[in-house]
This record gives sequence, structure tokens and C-alpha cells, in this order.
Amino acid sequence: MAGDLTTRDERWQIRIRDLHKSFGAQHVLRGVNLDVERGKINIIIGGSGQGKSVFMKHLMGLLAPDSGHIFVDGQDIIGLGDVAIGKIQRKFGMVFQYAALFDSMNVVENIAFPLLERYRLPKTEVMERVRALLTRLDLASTAGIEQKFPAELSGGMRKRVGLARALIDRPEILLYDEPTTGLDPIATKNVDEMIRRTADEFGVTSVVISHDMASTFRIADRVAMLYEGVIVANGTRPEILAAPHPVLREFVETSGAVRFGGGPS
Amino acid sequence: MTAPAATPTGAGVPPELAPGRGFRPLAAVGRLFAPLPGVVALFGEHIILLARALIWLFRRPFRLRLFLDQMEFVGVGSLPIIMLVGFFTGAVTALQAILALSLFEQQRYVGFGVGISLARELAPVFTALMVTARAGSGMATELASMRITEQVDALTTFAVNPVQYLVTPRLVASALMVPVLCMVFNILGLIGGYVVAIISYQIDLGQVLELFRHGVDPIDYFQGLIKAFFFGVTMATCACYQGLNVRGGAKEVGLATTRAVVSTSVTVLVLDYLLIQIMNVLFPYGGM
Ligand SMILES: Nc1ncnc2c1ncn2[C@@H]1O[C@H](COP(=O)(O)OP(=O)(O)OP(=O)(O)O)[C@@H](O)[C@H]1O
Ligand SMILES: [Mg+2]
Repeated sequence: MAGDLTTRDERWQIRIRDLHKSFGAQHVLRGVNLDVERGKINIIIGGSGQGKSVFMKHLMGLLAPDSGHIFVDGQDIIGLGDVAIGKIQRKFGMVFQYAALFDSMNVVENIAFPLLERYRLPKTEVMERVRALLTRLDLASTAGIEQKFPAELSGGMRKRVGLARALIDRPEILLYDEPTTGLDPIATKNVDEMIRRTADEFGVTSVVISHDMASTFRIADRVAMLYEGVIVANGTRPEILAAPHPVLREFVETSGAVRFGGGPS
Repeated sequence: MTAPAATPTGAGVPPELAPGRGFRPLAAVGRLFAPLPGVVALFGEHIILLARALIWLFRRPFRLRLFLDQMEFVGVGSLPIIMLVGFFTGAVTALQAILALSLFEQQRYVGFGVGISLARELAPVFTALMVTARAGSGMATELASMRITEQVDALTTFAVNPVQYLVTPRLVASALMVPVLCMVFNILGLIGGYVVAIISYQIDLGQVLELFRHGVDPIDYFQGLIKAFFFGVTMATCACYQGLNVRGGAKEVGLATTRAVVSTSVTVLVLDYLLIQIMNVLFPYGGM
């Protein structure tokens, strides 16, 4: 983890140093240190309420920390002004835990939003890209979905529309907050494959928060565990499997999805 | 209501009134002024939001549709209520004016009385209050629910500045449409006054018009419109501030809306007084 933090590093795209965040008396992040590897799938696991979503929102400047630093390609994003942070945010896309769809817009308008905001594209091309994503996310089979509003969708559908909205402009870095929680097994598998393919084909740096241990150890390149406000375990998937931290081992084995020592079951 | 001493935990009881500590009058007076630094800070935060919204007005991209949508929401949406309230305000003012003027047998001054009260005071203030109740509360509720469902954060993830996208169009639409609505209020108010004075009390129209033309100056309308402009700015700033700064759930959304309406109304009335003082210096009143 050595090296100058303020220059672009070939291997580590995002470097987080000693990040602290409190809400009132509650000290949620207590000195988080983590390096996110470029072009790889970096999965963060941890118990409910440990601050995973809060941590993720810091990565693209949605929340400001009490102290600490986040370097994105060598630039510290803490304390930047409106315009400068906007430039950094252009590299990111985020899939929210609760979708966060714009409820004044229908499905197509939601998914097309990033394209319409950034480029002047012919309407047919926009629709083509929207429809392609709807199909890949198993949403196209629902009759009339394009004109539906978020309030008229099921939780799982909303989630996938949020995913489509984040993917359509293919950002350099994608943050996924529990992309598969609440989806059925087949949809889960498809979303997992989609995350893997997006990373492999386009070299997208992915940070994924996941509660699904089986899929974590299927698609992750790196795994980190957030526990009591710090990263207690962090390494490549083989490293983690070979020598798990005791807290992580207990957390993962309780799910029954992975056995340590012998690799993934 | 239970007495403070009866609450088992003493929660909510200010420390200087807590049982066993004796009543300390100085501390109680101090508490009266305790919110003062908070109010000053709050005022500062409103000004900062306003300044940011203005700066973002001049940065790309320009999203004309958002501005038009908001103008429709503020302007067209408030038109029926403004027309209704304007008509009755004019009618009632005429009634009261006739009552007072009849003491001196000078009912023909009713057009002047109604016209000048509407132009300088009633139209801008009532318009601001009515638009706040309708559009200001709507803005606060919409932004607050966008905030708690993370839609505001979602805008940021597409590198869209929420102040530029949400606040600037509302600010511009309010600043432009409240004066327009104020003019509509003036016109409907005069019609209301006409109905009462000319049709119902049969005062001579020629004399009423003569005195109206003589006494009411375009400057009076201009002053009213200036005030309406600032009231529009105030409304959008207060509503957007409360909406964007909400934390929590459905209950807090409701509270944010209430706070937006109350803070706008209070600010409008205080600002009204200040603007009158300033404009009395700038445009000394000529009188009849
Ligand atoms: N805006 C906020 N204001 C106050 N407290 C907050 C806020 N956001 C999060 N918290 C607190 O921070 C803690 C961590 O929340 P966070 O949403 O990051 O958990 P999480 O790890 O994502 O959990 P889950 O797996 O259930 O999504 C929680 O205890 C929560 O109460
Ligand atoms: Mg979470």
C-alpha cells in the first residue's frame, strides 16, 4: 500500500485513508483504510448497520467525512468545490440500496436520464440503448413497463431499473449498494453476471456492497469486511479464503454458503 | 397536561427548572435568547443557498424545460386562487372604504383608496402569502420527499448539481411569476372594487376614475412589483432550504412543509416593512 497517494496509481484507483464519520454521538466510521483496485470487483461485506452504505456515499462525495482522505486517481476529493467535485463525480455511477428512482419520471425517462443530461443523442439511439438494457435485466417481458412510474413497480423491478440507469452511460467506476438483495435467484444470477461482464468487458472498477456470501465468493476479485467502523479484513479472494480473519470467518460461515480451508463449495 | 415534576425521567424539562435545583431567573431569561445565534446561522444558510442558486443560473447546462415547468407550477397553477382572492380583497376594501368615506360624504375617493392599497400593499403581500400556501408548500414537500428517498443524491451521482437542477428553476420561476400574479391580483381587485362601488353602491364612475387617475401613480405599481419580486425570491429560498435540509421520514417531510410556510410568511412581513422604509426614501410619496 506504499506509494505517493497524490499521483495516479496504475493498480489502485481509489485510496481511502483514516476516514471518520459520526452522526451525533454515533461514531459510524472509525478510521477506514482501503484501496480499491482498478478494473476489478471489490466487494465489501459486513453486518447490517455497520456503515457500509455510509462509507460508499463518501466515495463519490455524497457525504462529507469528519476527517480523513479519499484519493480518486490521485486527487483528494475532500473539501472540493461544486465544480471540481462535479468533474470527479462524472467518473462514477451508483446503484442505490433503495433504487432512488426519480418518481416524477417514467421508467424510460429514468434510465435515459444520464444520457439526456450529458449528450445530444438521436431519440432512436437512446431508446435502443434503453431497450437493450431492459432486455438484459429481464424487464422487457413486463407489458407496458416503459411507461410505468416507479410507484407502479415492484421492489425488485425498481432495483433493476436503478441498475440500468447507473449502467447506461458506463462510468469508469460503479458503486453498487446491495444490487441483488430482494431479487429472486434467477434475477440475482443475471445481475451477478452483469456485474462480472461489465467489469471484464469494459474494465469498470466496481465496488459492491453485498449480503449474499455465495455470490460474493463467486464474483469478487477482492473482498473487504467492515466491522465496528474499520476494515478488519481485506485481500484478494484467494487470500481471504486461505487465511480468513476470525470475525470474517464467523460472519461468512454462518451463511453456510462458503467453507474455508477447501475453497468455495 | 402533567406538571413537569410528574414526568418520571424529567425528559424535556429545561435544566434550570429541573426538580431540586431551584428556579434561576437569569438562566431562564438566557434561554429566551438562546435560539438567537441559531436564527442568525439559519439566516446565513438561507443566503448561502440563494447565492449558490444564483451562481448556478449562469453555468451550463441550461435546462429550459425545468424553468418552464416551474413557471407553470407557480404561475398558471396559482392563477385561479389569486383571481378569487384578488376579487374579494378588492370588493371588501371598497366596502370598508365606502363606509369610512361616507362619514365625510366623499365616497368618490373609493377608487383611489382601493387602487392605492392594492398597488402598494394588499396585492404584493396577499399574493405572496397565497402563492406560498400553494406553491411554496408544494416545493418544500417535493424536495423533502426527494431528499429522504435519496433522489437528490441520485442527481449528484450523474454529476447533476442539485442546487442547479432543483433550486435555480424554482427561484427564477418564483421571482418572475409572483410579480405577474401580483398584477393579476391588482386587476381583479379593481374589478371587485368596481362591482361594489359602481354597481352595488352606484357611485359616479366618472368622478371615481378621475380621482383614481389623479392619485394612483405607475410608481405605486412599480413599488408593489418590486416587493413581489423579493417575496418570490424569499418563498423559493425558504421552501427549497427546508426541503433540501430534511432528515428522517414522512413526519419530517410534513414538518419541513410547515416550517417553509411559516418562515416564508414571517420573512415576507418583516421584509415588507424594510422595503417600505427603503422605497419611501427612494421614491418619496407624491400624494394626491
Ligand atoms: N443520515 C444519517 N443520519 C444519522 N444516522 C445515520 C445516517 N445514515 C446512516 N446513519 C447511521 O449509520 C449507521 C450505518 O448505516 P448504514 O446505512 O451505512 O448501514 P449499512 O451497513 O449499509 O447497513 P445495511 O446492511 O442494513 O444496509 C446506522 O446505524 C445508521 O443509523
Ligand atoms: Mg446499507
